[in-house]
Amino acid sequence: MNFPANLKYTKNHEWARVNGNKVTVGITDYAQSELGDIVYVEFNDKGTDVKQDGIFGTVESVKAVSELYAPVTGTIVEVNNALEDTPELINTDCYGNAWMIVIEMKDTSELDNLMDSKKYEDYVSSEAK
Amino acid sequence: MHDRKAITGFPLVVEPLLSTMSKEGKNTRRMPAPFEEYPLDDIKKDMINNDLPLIPDVSEVETVRHFTRLSRLNYGIDDGIYPLGSCTMKYNPKICEEIASRVKDIHPADKKAMVDILRILIDLSKNFEEICGMDASTLWGAAGAHGELTGMLIIKKALETKGEVRSKVLIPDTAHGTNPASCAIAGFNTVQIPSGKNGYLKASTLKDYIDHDVAALMITNPNTLGIFEQEIACIAELIHNNGSYLYMDGANLNAILGTSRPGDMGVDCLHLNLHKTFASPHGGGGPGSGPVLVKRQLSPYLPLPWITPDKKGLYKLKWDSPTSIGRIHSGMGNLAVLLKAFAYILSLGPDGLKEVSRVATLNANYLKARLSKSFDLPYNTPTLHEFVLTDKYQKAHGVTTMDMAKALIEFGIHPPTVYFPLVVNGAIMIEPTETEPLAELKRFADVMETIAIMAKDSPHVFKNMPSTSPVCRLDEVWAARHLILTWNMIESNKKVVVSK
Repeated sequence: MNFPANLKYTKNHEWARVNGNKVTVGITDYAQSELGDIVYVEFNDKGTDVKQDGIFGTVESVKAVSELYAPVTGTIVEVNNALEDTPELINTDCYGNAWMIVIEMKDTSELDNLMDSKKYEDYVSSEAK
Repeated sequence: MHDRKAITGFPLVVEPLLSTMSKEGKNTRRMPAPFEEYPLDDIKKDMINNDLPLIPDVSEVETVRHFTRLSRLNYGIDDGIYPLGSCTMKYNPKICEEIASRVKDIHPADKKAMVDILRILIDLSKNFEEICGMDASTLWGAAGAHGELTGMLIIKKALETKGEVRSKVLIPDTAHGTNPASCAIAGFNTVQIPSGKNGYLKASTLKDYIDHDVAALMITNPNTLGIFEQEIACIAELIHNNGSYLYMDGANLNAILGTSRPGDMGVDCLHLNLHKTFASPHGGGGPGSGPVLVKRQLSPYLPLPWITPDKKGLYKLKWDSPTSIGRIHSGMGNLAVLLKAFAYILSLGPDGLKEVSRVATLNANYLKARLSKSFDLPYNTPTLHEFVLTDKYQKAHGVTTMDMAKALIEFGIHPPTVYFPLVVNGAIMIEPTETEPLAELKRFADVMETIAIMAKDSPHVFKNMPSTSPVCRLDEVWAARHLILTWNMIESNKKVVVSK
């Protein structure tokens, strides 16, 4: 399982790539493999505000429907609409082309609540037990 | 792009829709003439539809064969065991159908006949209240989730009346998926609580989640792991001391019927699933019914109409109340299902109802004892009417829960619930119900054990299963990603339009 070192991670299995005050968000390799084949995604619209740990969309696989949680508080400034037609990208390229939204962050100190890749890996292995 | 035909073989066996067989003049049967006297004078002219109905023009033999062929593609509770966990797919006694069918010709406007129906409904309410230890009830809920919504609206109204604003409903992670949905529609936010490694909610865990914004806790008892919520009394006390309500999802009532009562556990509001516990057909077999039962303090908010006695002691419907949440269903709910439930209760009696939950628990524990030798059992806590296994041992050989579910179809058995509850990875959730004879339980266990051996010895065979069923292994991912709805609409009774 792949957890890039340059990303931050949530307990709900989202990753966050920080670039200045912009944060790109997707779901982790562990999340996509647990969900199985993803068949549908839906995100809140561009311009809407999200809260840290608040819901920004849903992802549906053959097994289950899951909610997506924002890693930080802010405004959604970009949405990857391509995923609507090609949700399978989430299974094949979860850290690349399957990014989901970009949030313009309000408070950078919230990043301290997220895990680094090492911590997340430990978290995943304890959860998988 | 996949070739659907190659994957599924489905077009080779598909039964055409009746409308595609429709051709003017095929039906040579005469339609019955209208009643000689028909009260059309009472109906406004613009409300009368003089068009011919848009139904297919097909012959009798085609129609009979169409439905007979379809029925042979089907698998139902009258075919064999249907161990769909949390769905309580029990055999539905035919006597209940017979009783319900005798009132199907009564028109709701026939006041005299309806007096008797209302009396039956009052008796049924009293039976439910006695069985569950509750004070008052409504019978109008259409099914489980509708009952949940009704219950949450009652709780909301009660809080509003007290002048309280509370926005949160707590829901354990072993809940049915409908629970958070019903709360959201009723206008609440939901908070999920982990049930922990023993598979039931700890009062000490609940404490961390309680504050003055909590409107209710929505709990299923026993929960979807089949485990009785053993701290329910402490949980009820915590909830009540906080001024919140305890809602119980009665989906698993089959496990405790006649043995313990939600009202005695401190439950303030619960719904029943008559189509599960009280044996009316469901899952494509007919409508459900979800009565809601409450303690006295919530009774003013029950939906309309209320059934009340008049001065002569006869029952009538009361259509207005300033406290009620209003109407939730047209007419009188799903009346036929209510009547079937009443017939079921009366035919079993108190001892029979107790026997239901005892045998349901015995049957499930027989299967659990046998199957936990071949499959991983994630929780050691004793279970009641259902239990959850996982594919942990078989996954080591590359065989998943889905593969094994498909293999069961090959053996002519309906698979159990899979990948639910969500707290268990690769869950296989088995609920045999009390109506399965021992021989059928043995057959199911034999098949499951065979599948476990196959998973070890020849895991490659699973990928092609089932191959002898009406449709072979469907590509579910492809189907979910490429939705194609095909239907045929008859535009007039002379022309058939095929749309895709």
